[in-house]
Amino acid sequence: MAAIVRTPHPRERRMVFKNVDREGWTIDIDCYLKDGGYEELKKALKMQPQEIVSEVKASGVRGRGGAGFPTGAKWGFIRPGETKPIYLICNADEAEPGTFKDRYIIHQDPHQLLEGMIISCYAVNARLAYIYIRGEFPVGAKILERAIQEAKEHGFIGKNILGTGFDLEIYVHRGAGAYICGEETGLIESIEGKRPYPRIKPPYFPAALGLYMSPTIVNNVETLCDVKHIVKMGGAEFAKIGRPNNTGTRILCVSGDVQKPGYYELEVGGVTMGELIYDICGGLRPGRKLKAVIPGGSSAKVLRADERYKIKTKQPDGSTTEEEIGIDDIRMDFDSLAAVGSMAGSGGVIVMDDTRDMVWALNNINQFYGHESCGQCTPCREGSLWMQKITTRLLDGGGADGDPDTLKTVADNIAGRTICAFGEACAWPTQSFVAKFRDEFQAYASKNGNATSKPQDKHQG
Amino acid sequence: MEIPQELADHIDEVITHYPVSKRSATLPLLHLLQEHFGYISEEAITWVATKLELEPINVLELVTFYPMLRQHPVGKHHIRVCRTLSCALAGGYPLLDTFCKHANIEKPSGNHHVHFFKSADGKYSVEFVECLASCGTAPVCMINDDFYEAVSEESVPELLKKYQ
Amino acid sequence: MSDPVPLLNVQIDGVWHQFPKGTRVIEACAQAGKFVPRYCYHPKLSSPGNCRMCLIEMGMPRMGPDRKPELGPDGKPVINWMPRPQISCAQDVAEGMGVRTDSPLVQDCRHGVMEFLLINHPLDCPICDQAGECELQEFSVQYGTGGSRFREEKVKKPKHVHLGPRVTLDDERCILCSRCIRFMKEVAHDDVLGFASRGSHSYLTAHPGRVLDSNYSLNTVDICPVGALTSSDFRFKMRVWFLKETKSICTSCATGCNTLIGSRQNVLYRQTPRENDDVNSAWMCDYGRLNFHFVNSTDRLIEPQIRQLSNPETTSWTAAVSRAAEDLKRFQPTEIAVIASGRMTNEELWFAKKLVDSVKTPNYDIVSRTGPADDLLLNSIRNPNTKGAQLLGLCSDQPGAKLQQIADGVSQGHIKAVVALQEDLTAAGFKAADLERLGALIVMDILPNETTKRATALLPSASFAEKRGSMINVKGRLQRLNRAIQSPGNAREDWEILRDLIQQLTGANGVYLIEDVFKQMAENVPQFQGLSLSKIGDLGVQLEGAVSAAPVTVSA
Repeated sequence: MAAIVRTPHPRERRMVFKNVDREGWTIDIDCYLKDGGYEELKKALKMQPQEIVSEVKASGVRGRGGAGFPTGAKWGFIRPGETKPIYLICNADEAEPGTFKDRYIIHQDPHQLLEGMIISCYAVNARLAYIYIRGEFPVGAKILERAIQEAKEHGFIGKNILGTGFDLEIYVHRGAGAYICGEETGLIESIEGKRPYPRIKPPYFPAALGLYMSPTIVNNVETLCDVKHIVKMGGAEFAKIGRPNNTGTRILCVSGDVQKPGYYELEVGGVTMGELIYDICGGLRPGRKLKAVIPGGSSAKVLRADERYKIKTKQPDGSTTEEEIGIDDIRMDFDSLAAVGSMAGSGGVIVMDDTRDMVWALNNINQFYGHESCGQCTPCREGSLWMQKITTRLLDGGGADGDPDTLKTVADNIAGRTICAFGEACAWPTQSFVAKFRDEFQAYASKNGNATSKPQDKHQG
Repeated sequence: MEIPQELADHIDEVITHYPVSKRSATLPLLHLLQEHFGYISEEAITWVATKLELEPINVLELVTFYPMLRQHPVGKHHIRVCRTLSCALAGGYPLLDTFCKHANIEKPSGNHHVHFFKSADGKYSVEFVECLASCGTAPVCMINDDFYEAVSEESVPELLKKYQ
Repeated sequence: MSDPVPLLNVQIDGVWHQFPKGTRVIEACAQAGKFVPRYCYHPKLSSPGNCRMCLIEMGMPRMGPDRKPELGPDGKPVINWMPRPQISCAQDVAEGMGVRTDSPLVQDCRHGVMEFLLINHPLDCPICDQAGECELQEFSVQYGTGGSRFREEKVKKPKHVHLGPRVTLDDERCILCSRCIRFMKEVAHDDVLGFASRGSHSYLTAHPGRVLDSNYSLNTVDICPVGALTSSDFRFKMRVWFLKETKSICTSCATGCNTLIGSRQNVLYRQTPRENDDVNSAWMCDYGRLNFHFVNSTDRLIEPQIRQLSNPETTSWTAAVSRAAEDLKRFQPTEIAVIASGRMTNEELWFAKKLVDSVKTPNYDIVSRTGPADDLLLNSIRNPNTKGAQLLGLCSDQPGAKLQQIADGVSQGHIKAVVALQEDLTAAGFKAADLERLGALIVMDILPNETTKRATALLPSASFAEKRGSMINVKGRLQRLNRAIQSPGNAREDWEILRDLIQQLTGANGVYLIEDVFKQMAENVPQFQGLSLSKIGDLGVQLEGAVSAAPVTVSA
């Protein structure tokens, strides 16, 4: 297996990941304080909450959990003069396949998360906050609980924080193995003690009717850490990092058929796909060629390596130019990946070389979504399992001629028709894999074996 | 169902984390009971319901939804192997088979009602789980609460030796 | 006086309408004549928006730079149509909103949802009770694709779950709309149902330690859009397309829930609630709902009988009524008692009072019937028409207060003739041995009991499902029963029997149509002024003023 990368690549800009894999670094608060920790909290508490919101808006930072929604705008949805209690929830339910960044912040730099969280709570006037951490991080939960205890002992959490009159309690809440709890309203339902069924929007926008039907902000771990850095350098400085509308750094997580899989904190849009794969990740395994890349977690549409992409770029003079690029030239930022028909998503980049069977890969992904569908709404509940059964049957040799079209139309009947974005998440892989690698699907479909699938629960690569 | 005082106190403390609604403590309480007893029994479900003034169905709904909560005891040591794409690309499926071989676990075929498999002597059990968020070091697994990355098939016997 | 609710302009399929603020979009479409198919939405429950069947195209006015809607050539706002379809069940109309209920996108959405609902649905129609009133069947015909391309194995789930004593569940048929769960939680206040497992394997269940035994459990069967929840009582009994459905009211307590009686060939098969927001919303209790089997009993009294010496003999109606009249004429007013019933209709009570007046007896009352009330529909007064009995002078403010005195009178021998109307006197404080010593016991009833066995004249009458008439519920609402089936054998309607009896006693001219009976009542009872049986309508009429027990003197 590829070696575990531990030293930062020269092209990285370690801001959020500054202390991950840092020589001599320990996770106790003393180490964090000695390094200048909680200074940003002190600075923030001297600002007006509205000022902090303005800085975050000016920074242009977009949510790092997968949706990429501008954080400043999200915070701005809280009604001014809101009288209901306001809650903030840290979404530490990192479960998007291909993503592995929040894990390291939690396990190696918990106080950075806490500091960013406390600042954010102060900014939106949340007095009660929860860290929703996935159940599969039991050690991480304990680390966070201890960090909270340490922070309390130092007066950074609790009543009258640093004498400002601002009270805040933070608790850790553990999940139990459900990907849908990463959806913000599913997460809220889970904290409320109910089945984590996402809510319909309208009317249940979290900023209006969130946790306990009160205004709630849900932010990703990395985003909350970014808040600390925004307070440190100011929103305008933060906005200078990266590219316009795609500001700051983000941690890209690369896995799959590269020599050096791992996490890399880079300026947003600071590298192209080719630079990422070949320069930073050491390229593919010997003798292999690139076949496909999923650029933003398994929900993102797959990109075909030999495809030409037409993208429109807006020029400074207002005109738009169209150019054709290859996969290597795609810039790793939100707008560029959207322009080529995929998304930056959670930053999880899965690389597949020419030894990989695309039907097998899609089947693996479909099994994930079929398993993780919460079952609340008709298209996703029925469709996710149906798509899984079709790809499994194809691999079993039971393909039928209409299968690729059925896959496509089933996915089309899910995307855009569901309560939450899981619909798109489970439909986009099928839509894109079938569209881009139709020949492979057709080959399986033409095998014309037994037309019903047997309950298969395993598929070997 | 005997709940030792220390656990009872811990449970009461956890409930205070949810001042707005006791129902929010359902999942944390289930975690605590499963950690102590190894699984969630029928009794545990009604106990939690009574404790939080809920209907038993409210608790059952959660226990059957979350894969980490189980209504049957697992082995003395429980192994979770990731099966999602990056780990599958890196050999997660053969890894589970290797664990089964060295832990003497027989995999029944096509049974998807119980999602984990136990060794006959109850020492080990194994199940597939979805993405454990460490794809860069695939394939990964957990044994009890311990996390292991870049697990080669060759390292399995040594690994299991640590869990007796 | 509150401010009037503002009217909002909404465009539905190209036509502008106005709806009061607060109207749900799906209801607005229905009011505009555009039915939007739905499963999980129910007007009396919360809206989870999970079935996705009510997806429509929605748009809002395009705003100009002045923050005001841009107007089109027709002077109305130009609509910006959202590319993503929206559900219509969980949002209220907004000013300038546009809705398309039948565009190609909407049709495609419906095709998609129907296909998804059917892929794991068992092919149970031939044995499923819901057939004929199944929304899955109906919407798949109207909005589905008509073919299936699903070739996988369907998900298997439990098929024969006894959720409770009256409800049987088939989990494979369930479309997971959650109406039943929401009903039990929000209306019946008994949060006993829920979903277990996850994804496509989710299924409806109750916790093994609890049962769905609420007195409102059968309402879940009504609202279940498919044949997942079935009434154990009705299961496999009759195809619903054979049922004649008669609008009537329940007679098991004083609430008077509005009902539909399902019958075929003079047999009752089921009762279901009929919506009436002034009485029972869309619900009825299980007790009242199932309280009809006695009507089908083979023990029904079907022939008039008179007792010669000690044996009862079947005879003609004329003979039986004559015998009854002759018997009554032999006694003094104070020697006669008339026990009427709070289960009688107003029309029957009207004649019962006439009977009381014509024999001039001071001894009359009804039998009081009470039971525990719940906080929903079941009333503690278990007679459906105590108010009618009070209004028409058959009892005082304390119904049944005079019964003990009358029973003592029978015991001691100074009451020698009793007329028992629809009541078993031995269950009302009278001793059977005392009844045997009566000179005359005239009984009008439907099923044999200890009183009928001792009747000197037995007059078989009609059950609630076999008569047309009116009753007044506990809130003073005048409601109508309709005839669903014919009375068995030679049993006759109560009011006609009483009319004949009075004719024999007094020689007065009779009334021959029930509408005329009501007219007579209306002329003499102030609360019924201006009303007629047909004017009462299917939803009844709230009577003005207090409906109290001021006895009204009635001319014969």
